[in-house]
Amino acid sequence: MQVLGIDVLFKGINMQRFLEGLWVSMRISLISVLISIFLGLLVGALMTRRNPVIKIFTRIYLEIVRIMPQMVLLFLVFFGSTRVLGINIDAEISAIIVFSFWGTAEMADLVRSALISIPKHQYESAAALGLTERDTYVHIVIPQTIRRLIPTSINLITRMIKTTSLVMLIGVVEVLKVGQQIIEANRDTSPNAAFGVYLTVFILYFMACWPISMFAKYLERKWN
Amino acid sequence: MDFVVLKEYLPLFAKAMILTLKIGWMGIAFAILIGLFSAMIKHLGVPFLRYVVSVYIELFRNTPLLVQLFFLYFGLPKIGIDIDAEFCGVLGLALLGGAYMAEAFRSGFEAIEPIQMESALSLGMNHFQAMGHVILPQAVSISTPAFVANIIFLLKETSVFSAISLMDLMFTAKDLIGSYYKTTESLALLVIFYLVILLPVSIVGSIVERRVRYASFGD
Repeated sequence: MQVLGIDVLFKGINMQRFLEGLWVSMRISLISVLISIFLGLLVGALMTRRNPVIKIFTRIYLEIVRIMPQMVLLFLVFFGSTRVLGINIDAEISAIIVFSFWGTAEMADLVRSALISIPKHQYESAAALGLTERDTYVHIVIPQTIRRLIPTSINLITRMIKTTSLVMLIGVVEVLKVGQQIIEANRDTSPNAAFGVYLTVFILYFMACWPISMFAKYLERKWN
Repeated sequence: MDFVVLKEYLPLFAKAMILTLKIGWMGIAFAILIGLFSAMIKHLGVPFLRYVVSVYIELFRNTPLLVQLFFLYFGLPKIGIDIDAEFCGVLGLALLGGAYMAEAFRSGFEAIEPIQMESALSLGMNHFQAMGHVILPQAVSISTPAFVANIIFLLKETSVFSAISLMDLMFTAKDLIGSYYKTTESLALLVIFYLVILLPVSIVGSIVERRVRYASFGD
């Protein structure tokens, strides 16, 4: 332990600070995930409409998110808002705005592809059986859509959790930043802390994401 | 927006873009190799090695690149493994990308049912012909969308390299914002340069995707 520098985490209030950092990371991802799922469902349903104006706007929106690195979006919102709009957005709020903007696009795309993957004959068969349009959606389309949607959207959640690590680069004090502070504060007493602390952060992220992606894989296998 | 400043900063960003591209494409090239190798091991079920590959894939798919880089760049020197920043960037991207590519290739291999191989063999093809004319074309067309998505994803991930003090586009932008308060100009150039890197890849990617879709059949 001494050699690897993990012991630093158990000195003084270091553990408490570390966990507080972890909570900041979790808070940002949780809020962004909830906003993205909600807005993504709406935008995704909107995208299946044949309205050309909606099509062009959603297309541009998706392309922006697909091409721009999340880091660039963070910089644009965090630094750009102050200069261009003259308002000062807190780093954590900027992160939530960016991750929701990005997550909504990804979620909407998943919803759209799940909706259009339902073959036309499902609608036709439902109509032939005398189901109303509402019944068709409630009993036929939505249950099938959800089955296709859940595994992929769970994967999106793990991606959003992983992306949260970027916020330290715009100055949010989250788990990685706290780790860095602890390492620097204990430079003299435990010079090897960088190994142990960063390894711990690595394992923490793994422990957060791995069970979730295993669950997604399990659902995918079960429902296919 | 000050166009004189824009012109002045252009060479700085161009230099940074070269570094981003260099690390990005080197990392991706190694990622493809690692991914192909890992997918083969898993597909063929090589004893012991396939468990190593599985652990590797799960570890690197479920952790962020930034944390991996911090561990490689700041953590490993403490146990005597010293690596320079550029190599670290390539290594991190290759390891992360390898795990993603492996999954993409594996899903391609797995989607081909054994009956395809059996039919090819019963038509008198040998193993190599069956692989080359029947299995691989289908596997490639099935894994292409994931492959293209991974390349775009990896190029986007290069934006975290500034954290290990590589002078890439993000580093340059942050540096200029911090030193001269030229926020608008720096951000505009940042967006333009990432567009220059990623837009062609995205366009070529969707063309390739559309073309290989004809190769898949049976659904």
